[in-house]
Amino acid sequence: MPETIDCRGLSCPEPVLKTRQELLQASDDTYEILVSNAVARDNVKRAAGSMGWKVSVEETGEGFKLEISR
Amino acid sequence: MRDRLFIALAGAVVGLLAVILVLQGNPANMGFCIACFIRDITGGLGLHRAAVVQYLRPEIIGLVLGAFITALYVKEFRSTGGSSPVLRFFLGMLMMAGALIFLGCPLRLVLRLAGGDWNALVALPGYVLGIWFGTLFLRRGFTLGRSQDQSAVSGYSAPFLAIVLLILLIAAPAFIFFSEEGPGSMGAPLALALGAGLLVGILAQRTRLCTMGAIRDLILFRDYHLFLGFAAIFVVALIGNMATGQFNPGFIGQPVAHVGSIWNFLGMTVVGLAAVLAGGCPMRQLILSGEGQGDALITVFGMMAGAAFMHNFSLAGSPAGVSPAGQWIVFISLALLFIIGAGNIVVQAKAKQLDKKAS
Repeated sequence: MPETIDCRGLSCPEPVLKTRQELLQASDDTYEILVSNAVARDNVKRAAGSMGWKVSVEETGEGFKLEISR
Repeated sequence: MRDRLFIALAGAVVGLLAVILVLQGNPANMGFCIACFIRDITGGLGLHRAAVVQYLRPEIIGLVLGAFITALYVKEFRSTGGSSPVLRFFLGMLMMAGALIFLGCPLRLVLRLAGGDWNALVALPGYVLGIWFGTLFLRRGFTLGRSQDQSAVSGYSAPFLAIVLLILLIAAPAFIFFSEEGPGSMGAPLALALGAGLLVGILAQRTRLCTMGAIRDLILFRDYHLFLGFAAIFVVALIGNMATGQFNPGFIGQPVAHVGSIWNFLGMTVVGLAAVLAGGCPMRQLILSGEGQGDALITVFGMMAGAAFMHNFSLAGSPAGVSPAGQWIVFISLALLFIIGAGNIVVQAKAKQLDKKAS
């Protein structure tokens, strides 16, 4: 079960800040990030990508789930 | 790569349209000024009585409707809200207060710079400083909290109001104020201004163009994605102004501007800090309103209240400068912003401690 970072309802840059904070001191190899809008999805994806993580996006009923792994 | 090209292109279009709008009748260096135009609309509705700045600006109507239509089309329209509405209202007011001290929103700052108005060159580092302060708060955990889904009716409020304004603009009933002189009397033809607004609304919705995010992301993440759009606005407007004889470098005698350097600098510090805490520059707030975000619309309402406040009490800057009362407003605004930012961080830290104890 990957660790979940819940960024639902947060507006940027908070989801990116939270994700980066987590990834910079990453103890796990996979994370699951929940966001509720396309802006947060794109920004988190770009931020994680630029830090060298692989990102896959899945649409959920209430937003998006990003699976991040290294 | 494609994204980067797209946002640079969007910025270029904004810069080009700004030059064209001025050639076609908008006040100089004011192809777009979101704060000024919202202020003009506030005056047009009679909520302030500064006779020279009253007009229902079609650009604003177009921006909201352009973002709305695009958001619907790409299925990003979503009615949300409930993230610290009261604080957002105040942040909107303060953002407007700072902008009316400097005489322009960040977008007009770029356009003034591109027109050779060196007072904007003084204001730019002030703006960056405000954003830098804002990022300090963000790094320490500042948040306005999560938004929730709201009833669809809430989300349609901004486009509905835009259409009401459009009807009032075209019908021009007697109770709507239209300036007969001054900047408020100057405007490009309705169809052009509305069309320009629509186009920029569409592009800004897709690219998330934000004049605050451009600098914030550079400071926070060394991410220059949004900055590309910001820079493109400047470069294209500069070239356009030079090509059409609208580039007049200097400090003195600049259109709708004053030479009070301290106030230009600090006014934009207020705008930068308020924009970071509110999560977007004035333009971005309009775009998000169109996407159904009630939190952004509340911020716009706050901006309108701020405009009314600044003009009803003669606090706004003018070509003559900033009045002593207006100068006080700058310091009061900065103090309030620091209270909002620091107070929020203290509360967040306490909540975290309680969370830890509970678990």
